[in-house]
Amino acid sequence: MTAGHPDADRRIALVDLLDRVLAGGVVVAGDITLSIADVDLVEISLRTLISSVKAAVGSVEAPAEPKRIGR
Amino acid sequence: MRVTDDRTAVWMYTVTRDAPGGNELPNGVAGERVRTLDAAGLTAVVGTVGLDDFGEAALRRNLEDLDWLEVTARAHDAVVAAVAAVTTTIPLRLATVCSDDERVRTLLTEHRAQFEDALRRVTGRSEWGVRAFAVPDETPSDPEDDGGAGGGPGARYLARRRTALSAREAFAQVVAGEAAEVHAALLRLAVAGRRQASTAPVLTGTRDAMPLNGTYLVDDDRTDEFATAVASLDRSHDRLRLELTGPWPPYSFAALPDRVDRESP
Repeated sequence: MTAGHPDADRRIALVDLLDRVLAGGVVVAGDITLSIADVDLVEISLRTLISSVKAAVGSVEAPAEPKRIGR
Repeated sequence: MRVTDDRTAVWMYTVTRDAPGGNELPNGVAGERVRTLDAAGLTAVVGTVGLDDFGEAALRRNLEDLDWLEVTARAHDAVVAAVAAVTTTIPLRLATVCSDDERVRTLLTEHRAQFEDALRRVTGRSEWGVRAFAVPDETPSDPEDDGGAGGGPGARYLARRRTALSAREAFAQVVAGEAAEVHAALLRLAVAGRRQASTAPVLTGTRDAMPLNGTYLVDDDRTDEFATAVASLDRSHDRLRLELTGPWPPYSFAALPDRVDRESP
């Protein structure tokens, strides 16, 4: 049902995982990663994901700012 | 004792009350053997990683690399999940990196109360994800239906556009209502739950809206009940397709209570 792209399922599974390991978990400041804020991580990974997926599937008609849909 | 030197750092995976001793854990994000550190009555599962890949500058660069991110996230999760399979545990957010073992022990001591609270909250419970996709209405609209408007082709076109738009709005409303019902029903079976931002459609590879991206902390002895409820809600809500994932280590319920209890209505 989640058709469209063959590895959509795998991608969704990855998004599920990133949602949790990047936005969840206890936040304590390690001294190496003091300045990598939690919000940054999520934004960086989302941007990374979206740009790489766009590059992979070519001209996907996606909203210019794929933030949240539905609601 | 400093196990690490200037070229290495310590990656933190998860924190438990007792070491998962004798348990074979998978290797970590750098392919390293993971180990444990004790302090303040807590045990941290950690691994020694190289600064070349896991120093701050390297992390900033690597996090932009999807392949690196995927491999690292899966490796981090594999260690956390293996620990979660044998004992109650509180995962650290990805990329919590300390300069040495002593710093890890200090963190355990400083955040002891936070970890104890979180461990109590998730004992005997697991996290489950429930995602709902909107099932598009396949009923074709009658192209000749001009909504009763007379006049020329322009007026008929506008009337059709209005009809299509209001149908879309009505559909979105129904879907949002069904998603809220599902979330409320699942909250009644869960200890806690929250709605997360929907996944961007470019990532899901479908244009179908995702009106619910929920995650729930469920008592382990209610797992079957919860799964049955998801299946039954899937059947009773025509406009939604539900997907259940889990059990997850309690990533979304590891934070302090005031960060967790942001439950949407």
